[in-house]
Amino acid sequence: MRQLTYAKAIREAHAQLLAADPRVFLIGQGVRNPWYAGTSLQDLDKEFGKDRVIDSPVSENATTGAAIGAAITGMRPIVFHPRMDFMLLAADPIMNQAANWSYLFAGQVSVPVVIRAVINRGGEQGAQHSQAVQALFAHVPGLKVVMPATPHDAKGLLIAAVQDGNPVLYIDDRWLYEVEGDVPDGLYEVPIGSAAIRRSGKDVTLVATSYMAAEAAKAVEMLAQRGIDVELIDLRSIKPWDRNLVYSSVGKTGRLVIADAAWMSGGIAAEIAASVVGEIFHALKAPIARVCLPDAPAPTSFVLEQAYYVGAEQIVFAVEKVLL
Amino acid sequence: MMLRIRVFEEMVGALVTANEIRTPCHLSIGQEAIPAGICAALRQDDSVWGGHRSHGHYLAKGGDLNAMMAEIFGKATGCAQGRGGSMHLVAPAQGIFGTVPLVAATIPMAVGAALSAKLRGTDQVAVAFFGDGATDEGHFHESLNLAALYNLPVVFVCENNFYSTHLTLKERRVKDNIVESAALHGLKGVVLDGNDVTSVYQAAQEAVRRARSGAGPTLLECRTYRWRGHVGPAADLEVGEERRRELDEWQRRDPIAQCRELLSARGVSSDLFDCLEADIRAEVDDAVRFARQSPGPDESELLHHVYVSRRGV
Ligand SMILES: Cc1ncc(C[n+]2csc(CCOP(=O)(O)OP(=O)(O)O)c2C)c(N)n1
Ligand SMILES: [Mg+2]
Repeated sequence: MRQLTYAKAIREAHAQLLAADPRVFLIGQGVRNPWYAGTSLQDLDKEFGKDRVIDSPVSENATTGAAIGAAITGMRPIVFHPRMDFMLLAADPIMNQAANWSYLFAGQVSVPVVIRAVINRGGEQGAQHSQAVQALFAHVPGLKVVMPATPHDAKGLLIAAVQDGNPVLYIDDRWLYEVEGDVPDGLYEVPIGSAAIRRSGKDVTLVATSYMAAEAAKAVEMLAQRGIDVELIDLRSIKPWDRNLVYSSVGKTGRLVIADAAWMSGGIAAEIAASVVGEIFHALKAPIARVCLPDAPAPTSFVLEQAYYVGAEQIVFAVEKVLL
Repeated sequence: MMLRIRVFEEMVGALVTANEIRTPCHLSIGQEAIPAGICAALRQDDSVWGGHRSHGHYLAKGGDLNAMMAEIFGKATGCAQGRGGSMHLVAPAQGIFGTVPLVAATIPMAVGAALSAKLRGTDQVAVAFFGDGATDEGHFHESLNLAALYNLPVVFVCENNFYSTHLTLKERRVKDNIVESAALHGLKGVVLDGNDVTSVYQAAQEAVRRARSGAGPTLLECRTYRWRGHVGPAADLEVGEERRRELDEWQRRDPIAQCRELLSARGVSSDLFDCLEADIRAEVDDAVRFARQSPGPDESELLHHVYVSRRGV
């Protein structure tokens, strides 16, 4: 099959959605600037015009609120936030408004908006340009939250998000932009709420999100060489998440490691661990391990960044620990 | 001071090009008259609040040059001990309680510092430095209203360089009228040539006098231009055809050259300028040496400072 990078797959999803559906439009800061978006939105403004590809002022709250208003009245907007940190200025329209309207008004009004946030960390950017606060949003009823890890899913989940009648937070990771993979040509959906088994194994279940799914794939190779047979699940959606798949895998392996490149306290990994313990406690043969970021803001200095971020190495360590 | 900022930032730009500095650096070359002129009207116990482009604010308010260079290098001797980098500068004793890159974030904090001064009964003044891009955010409008409503001792300094990253002012608002926000919210607004350090200084003196005496807040819209790109030392010429022409035009209005002409006309000898420049270059070279030789932060301190002690600082 044809190979595309993750960033190009995101671009293709946008282009095909804009071409196929006149209700779709894109608004946000830096939509035509590679410094913000990499190649993930390259030249969409030239192809579809500035009325539908709107590079906005620095007004996260108003652009997100406006997208919600447009969604309520018949459009299918995609709002772009080049860093998740900036999106926090739009916490009100996302958490108080978009998430609530269906319930508040007994399903008579819907908010089919896609809010795209990029995680873009490292590079000595520091605490306010590095945050991965997916758990904050996954906490809120009424929002769906997806985090693709492959080019295939980056495209398919964006399409599914736009087709969904609910507000969907679509989180992509700048560290994955150059990853290449198979991407089908046409419009296709990856169902929201379904995880993918990337490798079957019998010893340990490893559940990973987004960038950590890519790191986990490396870890699994290293572990295989040591004779450890890991089942790797790429979660893909963190709200709703694929409980059945995780439970059945843990039911088989009896051991669980969860990797999410966000803070440990109150994170997605905690939610999964609590659910597994609550639902299939007797299947567990060992304590659950989490591979997350330390509970500190992202430091700037390269030395501290090295100590702060987690990857394949920490995953290997955690898997070995639950097998002890 | 303008020259100190210029020489410092030219050095930072060169070190970014040489890959010796990795943290994103937003240079204010071409805009130096604003921090220099404004801070000259302030006392040490007045506070200034800045953003991503704040090397000039930090130096002009009395921040230590070595500590900023070391911070940009990510060293333990930096003003934030390597936790912040170029976009997070701090020097509490000089009234710099932190500069942060989230656009407009510190505008309401300056209002809060002014409220604090009022409640504590001091006559301190707070200054918010921010760009034209920051006026796109609600923070700006809400803050102006609060400051006017409670008659707070704050000076809002908008450094209007006509760009927010790649977008020109024209692409972000219908009118070139930032200053009009002041009148709408009931405070005083002044537009001035941000490349003329004397005008900036005079306007700052008046705004600070008003704030200190209880006559209320002022918005100063200082019109200027950044010579370098949004981030890093390159010129960002790819943002549009206009940029080349504007850049040439504004470079002819170099705030430092203008000031030098003014002083020469008043009889200051060129030897004196040369001496000054040589001193500054030596100071900046020393700072680079200091930063290079300084140790990096210790990994074991990764989790330090997430909280301060229960008693605060
Ligand atoms: C809340 C938020 N949104 C977006 C950004 C990205 N960003 C960084 S600097 C900048 C431009 C701000 O322009 P302006 O305020 O005019 O300052 P200048 O860069 O011109 O000095 C933007 C949009 C950010 N840092 N914070
Ligand atoms: Mg600007």
